[in-house]
Order: sequence, then structure tokens, then C-alpha cells
Amino acid sequence: MTTSTYLARKDVLLILLFAALIMALLPLALDPFRLNLVGKYLTYGFVAIGLVICWGDAGILSLGQGIFFGLGGYCMAMFLKLEASSVGATKIQSTPGIPDFMDWNQITALPWFWRPFHSLTFALVAVPMVPALLAFVIGVAMFKRRVGGTYFAIITQAIAAILTILIIGQQGYTGGVNGITDLRTMKGWDIRSDHAKLVLYFANAILLVASLLIAQFVRRSKLGRILVAMREREDRVRFSGYDVAAFKIFAFCFAAALAGIGGAMFTLQVGFMSPSFVGIVPSIEMVIFCAVGGRTSLLGAVYGALAVNWAKTTFSEDLPQLWLFAMGTLFIAVVVVFPNGLAGLYRDHIAPRLGRFLRPQLRLAPTGDGRKQGATR
Amino acid sequence: MLMGYSLADLGAIFAMQGFAGLVLFSVFVLMALGLAVIFGQMGVINMAHGEFMILGAYVTFLISKLFAAFLPGAFAIYFFLAIVLAFIVAGALGMAIEWLLIRHLYRRPLDTLLATWGLSLILQQVYRSIFGAREVGVELPNWMMGSLHMTESIEIPINGLIVMAITTLITAAVYYLIFRAPWGRQVRAVMQNRAMAGAVGIDAGRVDRLTFALGCGIAGVAGSAFTMIGSTSPTAGQLYIVDTFLVVVFGGAQSLIGTIASAFTISQARSTMEFFLSGSMAQVVVLLLVVGILMLRPQGLFVLKLRR
Amino acid sequence: MSDHESQPPPPAATRRRLLQGMAALPALGLLPRAARADAPPTAAVNTTGLAVTDDTVTVGILHSVTGTMAISETGSVEAEKLAIEQINAQGGVLGRKIKFIQEDGASDWPTFAEKARKLLVQDKCAAVFGCWTSASRKAVLPVFEQYNGMLYYPTFYEGLEQSKNVIYTGQEATQQILAGLDWVTKEKGAKTFYLLGSDYIWPRTSNKIARKHIENHMKGTRVVGEDYFPLGHTQFNSVINKMKLVKPDVIYAIIVGGSNVAFYKQLKAAGVDLNKQTLMTISVTEDEILGIGGENIAGAYACMKYFQSLKNPNNEKFVPAFKKMWGEQSVIGDVTQAAYLGPWLWLLTAQKANSFDIDKIAAASPGVEFKGAPEGYVRIHENHHLWSRTRVGRARADGQYDVIYETADLMEPNPFPVGYQ
Repeated sequence: MTTSTYLARKDVLLILLFAALIMALLPLALDPFRLNLVGKYLTYGFVAIGLVICWGDAGILSLGQGIFFGLGGYCMAMFLKLEASSVGATKIQSTPGIPDFMDWNQITALPWFWRPFHSLTFALVAVPMVPALLAFVIGVAMFKRRVGGTYFAIITQAIAAILTILIIGQQGYTGGVNGITDLRTMKGWDIRSDHAKLVLYFANAILLVASLLIAQFVRRSKLGRILVAMREREDRVRFSGYDVAAFKIFAFCFAAALAGIGGAMFTLQVGFMSPSFVGIVPSIEMVIFCAVGGRTSLLGAVYGALAVNWAKTTFSEDLPQLWLFAMGTLFIAVVVVFPNGLAGLYRDHIAPRLGRFLRPQLRLAPTGDGRKQGATR
Repeated sequence: MLMGYSLADLGAIFAMQGFAGLVLFSVFVLMALGLAVIFGQMGVINMAHGEFMILGAYVTFLISKLFAAFLPGAFAIYFFLAIVLAFIVAGALGMAIEWLLIRHLYRRPLDTLLATWGLSLILQQVYRSIFGAREVGVELPNWMMGSLHMTESIEIPINGLIVMAITTLITAAVYYLIFRAPWGRQVRAVMQNRAMAGAVGIDAGRVDRLTFALGCGIAGVAGSAFTMIGSTSPTAGQLYIVDTFLVVVFGGAQSLIGTIASAFTISQARSTMEFFLSGSMAQVVVLLLVVGILMLRPQGLFVLKLRR
Repeated sequence: MSDHESQPPPPAATRRRLLQGMAALPALGLLPRAARADAPPTAAVNTTGLAVTDDTVTVGILHSVTGTMAISETGSVEAEKLAIEQINAQGGVLGRKIKFIQEDGASDWPTFAEKARKLLVQDKCAAVFGCWTSASRKAVLPVFEQYNGMLYYPTFYEGLEQSKNVIYTGQEATQQILAGLDWVTKEKGAKTFYLLGSDYIWPRTSNKIARKHIENHMKGTRVVGEDYFPLGHTQFNSVINKMKLVKPDVIYAIIVGGSNVAFYKQLKAAGVDLNKQTLMTISVTEDEILGIGGENIAGAYACMKYFQSLKNPNNEKFVPAFKKMWGEQSVIGDVTQAAYLGPWLWLLTAQKANSFDIDKIAAASPGVEFKGAPEGYVRIHENHHLWSRTRVGRARADGQYDVIYETADLMEPNPFPVGYQ
């Protein structure tokens, strides 16, 4: 494989297969309600892609992806909420023209940080940028001082917890524990109708496939290989003259920006945003999606997000009591028995057999064999 | 807000407030110690820490029921037996978990975090299936829920005194075990250099198992003690987990002294600010301060110098 | 009192207990009679494609059975199932047996929205009984409005809401607060109040209403302190000291969840005797006392519309029926009773409208009265809340309340109270 071919033929094939699945097969096979659910699951796919780069490749486990998912979602929700709180629609409030929860909390003017969100352009820029900026600040503080590993994981977790408490505590500005609800239109376009949900589903699917391609490009580039090298032997990379911290910060910010986009798409499809996405629990669940699918495989992680959420919905419809048992066992099984997740199973058992029919030198992903060891970090 | 009160009143309040701060400090230490022992000595984050605490609380609940049914005469002292049993039960479960799960993952500390999270989900559901989703009320002997009248206006809650006593005992025991007893030397040896420790004849696997059991046992004791001040339900472990992690992270995760110092700083800041601000505001201010300091000093307050 | 095993009995046992419970039913003279003989044709009662057949009608139950809120919502699920079984035992609704689909909101608001959508879009439920927290209701409200469903919401809540698609069977804030404050001022001569709450919309809004009432609508009373704590807070010693310093006549506490247990245990340990210090709460029902322990809260006053110990013929049949179905140890709090009202009110409304269509149910709801309510008598107001009495109870050490006061008239629900905003 030469460095000029960023996308091997087989990778493209698999991504196309995935695109066909989510853009043709599922929309044809499912009713609008189930399709909307799939759209929701796919928003976690963005987080999973980011985690593959950040955790699978660079070896940085962030237990705070919920922060970024939530921030992206909140940026989008703030814009939508402002549009839903026009002076006309909020006549009965003591201060018309501000979101209803502010009025309930005796706030009489729109806070300064809400003002820019009147503009859709600003909101769209903020969706990836605000999470990336926060990730940058955290990343600089941590990685420049060579904080990493488990300790970094629990710091991100602590930050997730803190942010949840802040959002819940400052309910006049954030909607508190209820979150920002009752979002209606985007530039006059009703996002709640079945038609809009379909459009949003496809927009989401296209964005996801685009993100997959970009992430694949990053992994195929020299940058991606440095990330993997760093995961395996950080000191050697440092001694080779690379600024390890800078690469880590990049990976972390990249993952954060993707999570933010996922959050915004979530808000659009579900119609609200609440602090329950920001906390510790959803953050860890996001990591689990990725682990189940395979932490070193982009497509695996996205399939993982789909599969776990699908299982969650199905289980909790039929056997809510068993759901936690199933989820807990799944976590443990993934970690102990098959650390490379679904993708690992595919690679070890299915791909070799497929390989006999295809040309033998084609390989699945860039770091092929070193992976098993890598996942053990 | 201190205007218009007599000096005696103020003095009494400051005394009680100081005591409240000390109780909070004890609570934090008790919460965080088990986690810090496991993380500091083994590099493993036990995400099921809160569930081990609740296990201790449920053990206390069961013991109180047994005493009420069969030994009502000795009800006044059941709590001491409950604490010991909570330690044993939580420790035994911890040992089993270490043997079944954790020991396969020592080379992958990040994965232990995920596996123990899975464990915490399972434990929560087990509690819910056995004890029901509702909170259970742990009935305590009357003398433990009273207060000591020091002067006319100073009253010292007895449950606070008990928490402080338990914390002091546990901390002293852990200090002795790890820094004075021969076993602790083995623990530290394994932590500092596993291969060498094995070479000089230390059974590293056994040391790990006992360390993990010790951490879980302390969590059990904490849970048992907290039946005096908090609630017991399948998900109550989650109430403590945020504070626990903050204390450990802020202290610098590898250092027991750091954990204690951080528990002291956070508890005093919280307790003082809660007196002057609203509880919610106080927590926000404290959290922001903690985050700010972590950004400047991400390793936490105390760092153990280690050769890696 | 703390001796209770509250998990539901296994299915077989449930069925048996249920049948025993049914035996008590003929005695429920005040319960509405179902029109069994003359079941109207399906095409007439269901013009909008709801899940109604010639002999069944499907409804949804949407509560958390896992997660942190399962503690509170369990009672509501039990009450709703009891009501549905009782209605089926006497012939069902418009000649049709009620089938229910239960979904788990998992204490997670987006999950509530997702499940609500499923119940309406996929299962075509004719009515949904569910939600507990305001946050979950806020999450599902747009769903119910968009797909035109009917939600019966049981919890006392902060008001500031009114929807064609929701019947609020609990009290809105003014119904729960004003009469209690008037009573405590009159009976206890209270002048100073200290307001406490968990930090979210319900306690904040309720305390805001309480403060306006104390400052503007009563004479010579004032608020001497107001404090909020994050949900799940477990350390209350500082605020207890603060209250000892300012010595309020009344502590007005709206603390919820696990914090409740911590607060009352620490209050007792700090030597605050609730027989001497007046404490009034609107957030502790018999359900919560299970966790707090009756001995830790005895003497406190609670302001509710229903207590299990209420003495009236309806309640004297309701309590045994509930215990037969869910076990002798179970207790019934205010919200549990309100949840029990949901299916009955829906039955009565469907009979009045002679239809399951949501629009007709919504239009027929105002004026529907339920004479068999365990709390006595309720009537649906034009604003879809209930007219109901406010009562003050005093906690006993065995975990029950003594009802010591009730308003003479039904209180009018007023979700947008002028002068209290």
C-alpha cells in the first residue's frame, strides 16, 4: 500500500456497503417511527468515529464524550429555542421573546451568551467549535503536563459530572434538569413533521458517511500512523522529535468536534436536549458502543453504536428488568473476552474466509496485525 | 447575615459549623479511601465503588431486621456487628470479583474501568430484584440518632461522632497496614515494580486480591456508616460517586495523603460556603474552583514520584 | 414500619391476589357502572385509527421501572394496574376490556420521549398513563401534542402548563401550597418561614409561590431564608446550623429523592425535635417515609390532597384492594392515589363522550366527576386539572399520617396564578 492511496479499495467498498444500508435498505424496510430511532442511534455513530481516532488509535480514553455531544446539542437547541420563543409565541410570559424557562426563573432579559444564537450560521459554526474549544483547553492543560491514561479518563469524567451540575444548577440560563424542550422550527421549517424527520435522517446519514471518509483519510495519513505509534510507544515517538502533546490534543479535539455534530443532529431529530446526555452515564455508554463495535475499526464502532442502541430499545420494551443485566454482561464480555469487538470477530473469523475469494493482499485497515496488542492499552 | 445575633449565638453556631465541617471531612475520607487504596496501589479504577457501598448499607439493613426479629434486646448494639459484617461481605465480593474479572485485566487499566462499570449495572439490578426499587429504611437504635447537649445552644450529633470515629479507625488501620505492616511492604513493592517483587518471592496475585478486597471492604464500611446520614436504595451509590471521584482526582490519585488533604480542602470549602451561600451555589463554586485548580495542576494536589 | 419488601409479587401470585382483590369489588357501590350490554360498534367510537377492537382497547403505561426514579414511580405503576384490573372486572370501557402496554422510561427523559412516540405512533394507544417528574412530562408533551395522544399525569407539580392532550390528576402548585400556609399561620401562629428545596423547577416555582403568599397575601409573615441543594445532595449539616441561628417558626421543605432521607436523618441527629419545631413539607408522602424511617420524621406536617389514613368509604375499600394486589406491606402516597384516578377518569370521560377519539375525550373532560375517588370527590376543571381538597397531615412514627385538617371546599386548580408569578 502506498501513501498516496488514502482509501484502499476494500475500505471504500465497506463504507459504500454501510452507506447503502443506512440510506437505502433501512429507509425502505422500516416504518417512519423506527427509522427515526435509527437516525437517533446514528448520531452516536459520530461519537463512535471520534472515539476510534482518539481512543482506538491514539490511546486516549475520554469518559467525557457526553460533554461534547451535549455541548453540540445545546448549541443547536439554543438556536431552535430562540426561534420557538418569538415575541408572538410567548405573549403570555411576563417578558415575551425569551425562552419560557427563563421567564419561569424571573430572568427578564436574554443573557449575553444566548444572543449570538439568533443566527443560524453562528449556531452551525458553534456546534463543532464550542466542543473542540473546550477539548482544546482540557487537552492543553492535561497533555502538556503528560497526564494520561486512567487518570485522564477520570478527570474527563469529573468534568462531565461538574458540567451536569452546572447546567442543572443554572436553570434560568440552561433550562435546568428539564433541558431545552419544545423545539419547533428551523428557519420556519417545521422539524417535527414526518417529512422533516425523513429529510433530517438523510442529512444525518450523509454527514455520517462524510465523517467516516474524513476519519478514514486521517487514519491513512501520516498523522494517523503517528497516533498509533504514540499509543504503542509514546516515548519513542517523543524521542523521534514529535510533539506528542500536540498530536494528542488534535485527536481529542477532532473527537470532540465530531461528538458535537452528533449532538446537534440528535437535537434536530429528537426535538430537545437535556443534561442527561452530558453526565457520566451517557459518556461511558458512548465508550461502550465503540468498544462493542471494535475500538480500532471505524465502521465497527458505528455498527456497535447501532447494535447496542437497537438492543437497548428492544430489550427495554420487552424485558426492562433484564436490560441492565444484559448491558452489564455485555460490557464485561466485550472487555474480557473479545476486546476488539464486533470488528475483531469479523477480522479474525469472517474476513479470512472472505479473503479466499478476494485478492489475498487486500487488508482491512491500516494497522492490521498490531491491533490486538494495541487494544490492550 | 451575621448581624443582629448575640455573641453566644454566634459562638455556638461557629462551634457547630466547625463540627459539621469535620463530619463532612470524615464522610469524604470514608467515601474516597477505598477507591484511593485500589487506585493508588493497583492503578485500577473501581467504577462499582458506589455499589459496594450500597452493599454495606443493605447488609446493615438485613442485620437490623434480624436483630429486630430475633434479638430485640441487643438491638442497641447491632450496628457494630453490621459494620464488621459489611466489611466482610463487601470484601469477600471484592475478592471474588478480583479473581473472576480484574486479574485478567491488569495490563489494561482502562478496560478495568469499563468492566467494573458493567459490574455496577449488574449489581444495581441485583439489588433492585432482591430489595425492590424503593428505598429501604434502616432503623437505627435510638441512642445513635440523638445529640449531645454541650451547652444550651451547642448540640453535637452523635451519628457525626460515630462517623468520625469510624473514619479515624479505618484510616489508622489502612495507614498501619500499608505503611507499617509487612503485608504493606509487599503491596508497595508490587506497586513499584511488579516483576522484581515477584522475583523476590512475593505472590503478586495474592497481594492484588487482598488489596482489592480491602478497598471494597472499606467501601462496605462506608456504606454501612452512611445509613446514619443518607438513603439506601439500588441507585443511591450514584449519589456518592461524584464526590468520591472528585476527592480522589483532586488529591492526586496515587497518594493516600493527597486523598485526605483533598477531602479536607473540599469539605471545608463546601461547608463554609454552604453556610453563607445557598447549597446549590456553594457546590457550583467549589466545583469551579476544583476544575480551575485541576487545569493548573492536573496531576492533583499530591503526586507520588515514581519510576515508570 | 420499615419492614417492607416492595417488589411486585411474581405473575402467578399477582393473578391470584388479583382475583381475591376482585372479590371486594361489588362492594364499591360508588364506582361507575360500565355499559356492558350495549357496547357501541367500533367504527362509531374510534374514528381516528386508535388501537380499539370490538372487545379490547389498548392503553399505555409509561413510567420508570429502572434508574433513580424507579423509587418513586413504582407506586404509580401499581395503582394504574389496579385501576385497570378493577375496570376490566366490571366490564371495561364502552364494552371493551383494557389491554395495557407498559414501557420503561428508565429515568431518562429522552427515553420517555422515545417510548411516548412508540406508544402513540406504533401502538396507537387510546390513552397513556404515565410520567412522574416534570422533566419527563416536558419531554413527552410535544410528542403528545404532535401525534394527538392523551396523557394522564399523576404527580403534584409546579403548574405553568396546560395542554389539551394532558389531564393533570395531581395538584398544581397553588392547590398544594396556599391552604397549607394559611393553616399553619392560623393554627401555629407562624410568623417566620425558612424555605428549602432541591434545585430544580418544581421546588423553585413552589417556593416562589409560597414566598409571594407569605409576603403579599398573609399579614405579618415573612421569609427569613431560602436555600436550594443539588439533586442527590446528602449533606445538610450546614443549613441545619443556619436554621438554628435564624430560628424560623416554620421550616418549609421541598426536598426530593435520596436527599430527603439524608435531610430528615441529619435534622433529627442535630437535635431538632419536630414536635417542637414546626416543619411543613409538600414532598414527603407515605412512599418517601419508607426510606426516611417514620421515627425520623414523626411530628412533621405534610400538605397533600390524599393520605392513606383518610377516612371515607371509598378509601376504606381502595386501601385493602391495593394491599391485596401488591402486598400487605405496601403504602399508598398522594401520587399513587392520583395515578389511580387516571384510568377511572378516562373511563368516565369515554362514557360521557361515547367515544375513544382523543379530540372528543379532550372536549368531554371538563366537568367529568369521579365520586368513587379514594380522596373523596374530584372533578375535572376546564383547564384539565382537578378540583380537589387540600389536606394537612401529621407524620406518625409508624410511617402514616394523621389527617388533621382539610379545606371545606374543593380548591380550584389555577396553573397560571395571577399575583404569584
